[in-house]
Amino acid sequence: MCCCKKLSEGAAEKFAELDAFIDTLNVDLNDERRRGRLIQVLHKAQEIFGYLPREIQQYVAQKLNLTEAQVSGVVSFYNYFTTEPKGKYCVDVCMGTACYVKGSEKVLSELERVLGVKADTHPTEDGLFSISALRCVGACGLAPVMMVNGKVYGKVTPAKAVEIVNEYKKQG
Amino acid sequence: MKTVNLTINGKAVTVPASYTVLEAARQLNINIPTLCYCAHLGSGVSNKPASCRICVVEIEKRRNLAPACATPVAEGMVVHTNSLRALRARRTVLELMLSDHPQDCLTCPKNQHCELQKLAVEFGIRDIEYKGEINNFPVDESSNAIMRDLSKCVMCRRCETVCTKVQTVGTLTGYGRGFKAKVGTASMIPLADTSCTFCGQCVNVCPVGAITGISYVKKVWAAINDPSKTVIVQTAPAVRVAVGQEFGFAPGAPVTGKLVAGLRALGFDKVFDTNFSADLTIMEEGTEIIERIKSGKDLPILTSCCPGWINFIEHNFPDLLNIPSSCKSPQQMFGAIAKSYYAEKIGVKPEDLIVVSVMPCQAKKYEAARPEFAPNGVRDVDYVVTTRELCRMFNEAGINLANMDDEEYDSPLGASAGAADIFGVTGGVLEAACRSVYALLNGKELEGDAINFRAVRGLDGIKEAKVEIAPGKTINVAVCSGLGNARKVLEMVRADKNRFQAIEIMACPGGCINGGGQPFLHGDAELLEKRMKGLYSEDERKVIRCSHNNPDIQALYKEFLGEPGGEKAHHLLHTKYHSK
Repeated sequence: MCCCKKLSEGAAEKFAELDAFIDTLNVDLNDERRRGRLIQVLHKAQEIFGYLPREIQQYVAQKLNLTEAQVSGVVSFYNYFTTEPKGKYCVDVCMGTACYVKGSEKVLSELERVLGVKADTHPTEDGLFSISALRCVGACGLAPVMMVNGKVYGKVTPAKAVEIVNEYKKQG
Repeated sequence: MKTVNLTINGKAVTVPASYTVLEAARQLNINIPTLCYCAHLGSGVSNKPASCRICVVEIEKRRNLAPACATPVAEGMVVHTNSLRALRARRTVLELMLSDHPQDCLTCPKNQHCELQKLAVEFGIRDIEYKGEINNFPVDESSNAIMRDLSKCVMCRRCETVCTKVQTVGTLTGYGRGFKAKVGTASMIPLADTSCTFCGQCVNVCPVGAITGISYVKKVWAAINDPSKTVIVQTAPAVRVAVGQEFGFAPGAPVTGKLVAGLRALGFDKVFDTNFSADLTIMEEGTEIIERIKSGKDLPILTSCCPGWINFIEHNFPDLLNIPSSCKSPQQMFGAIAKSYYAEKIGVKPEDLIVVSVMPCQAKKYEAARPEFAPNGVRDVDYVVTTRELCRMFNEAGINLANMDDEEYDSPLGASAGAADIFGVTGGVLEAACRSVYALLNGKELEGDAINFRAVRGLDGIKEAKVEIAPGKTINVAVCSGLGNARKVLEMVRADKNRFQAIEIMACPGGCINGGGQPFLHGDAELLEKRMKGLYSEDERKVIRCSHNNPDIQALYKEFLGEPGGEKAHHLLHTKYHSK
């Protein structure tokens, strides 16, 4: 679920939003268990900023009284977290077993071909799209599944996927 | 204490209920091979993520094999450490590990000191069945002190545990996941850009060649063989009780005379002693302690001999940078005096005088390269080699210390008081300072046993004591070793500036005897204690026990420096600290 905003745009408000979220958690900065809150905070931070560059990781570390290395270790472990900015529209293609069997790999290659970027790299040059390959999103009944900014599209074919993307392209 | 009864390989044993299967087996002298498991000396912290699976054993009525290092004992447990199933599993695990490990043992810096290699020998590995992809990560040589070659990392996490839990430096973390996982820095930035203190405890615990010291040995060989250079060497206190280990001497036995002979045989023009400048440090720091206690300003005074610790305070406690002693470390004092006083004395230009240090430490390499220690672009200390690296130089030159006769240090930078020897162990610097502070403050010497400040001795991580600096006048002191303990003590100082008047801090648990450049201890606490005893025996062996009574130090002040704490001394022997 990315919201595709640039770090610099309205940074002060974004940091304020993150601060407000962290405040609601009432984290005890001397409690060993505060690390348990880290993933939650990183989720929120990525929702707000779109990605988790070093600057944000350092900020979160300082807010939770953790080391930058501890935060970085968690960010690097989970595929969900990204340290690179995403396109305005994040196209996620499910590569879980059910979707894969139903041909999601073909959907992914077609999207990569049409948009001209590889999955899990950088966004398209116009900044509109980035593609990610996800593991199971829990909608196996609709396989193969793709998502655009969290909106789920089921039973997609390569051709249908291109249609969906073109719709977003029109909106700009 | 609650105990439980269990059977291991048919032998019954009763152990505390808190024990692991590994600990219980060791009580029976049953050896279970381990790799990731590591008890970090002097800290009570163990690394046992049970991630390597080398220590798996079979436990009856349990479906899976169990990692002995992390499995608690239970009443009636029946353990088989060498069942066919356990042996096969261990071998498979080891072969899988080796299948993603560079096969360059012959040229690896850890050759013959590598625990993975040792396991391969013990298991009799002749062929690695599994062929597949091998990680090839870039080598990090960004710092002047520590090198990280992550292709060799076996993900035991020992370095991460010692860095984060023992030292509370927190530079290292497990990074990434799956096949590409390794222990890295935040965002995999170069080590030089992190808050690493270069204490080198990670180097000491790394079982393989993934973390080693940056070596200047080649440059030292080149300098020794350059006829246009005069090459002198200084040896840190802790080196003399550790170097013998590699040549079959009793653990912890001081081999000072043989060390001197060996260095001379390597071709150094003069063999001097960091002990000399340790005495000099006491003159300067002692004077500073007296001044600060008299004025009541910038207390408590913190010792500043240890560059790992100085890095730590610069990174973590910028608000307290006014309280460490402004004295340079003995290594740097030696360099500064060598390139001024001594160079002048022998009529050699500072740039043609090469100062080599033999140190128990990796952080000393960083310290020697600090820009403030290179006046006019000429470094005070040119190259640092660790005790381990010196052993390799001896081996390369075919020098066996066991066959050397004792020799004496050269003059004038070689003589030292007993006080200097104990700089290498936690408590020693403060004791050395107290001896001289007492004499300088009261105009009379400590007599008899009063010279031994036993309250500050021992390997405990944090020691608090009252010491007498004048008849009827005591000060509160603290001594700590290990950066995690330093953090605790500095938090105490932040909370109450009046609690202590003087504090000694060393980065490595136990002090320099357990430094990041010492021959490996492999978690042997007894060996650490023997090194400590070795240093105190050197102290007691000497007629002169107090730094201010070292005649060569007195001559240095008379001929060259003037007064302790005077202008010239300040210029050459003191420094400033920077927030990082």
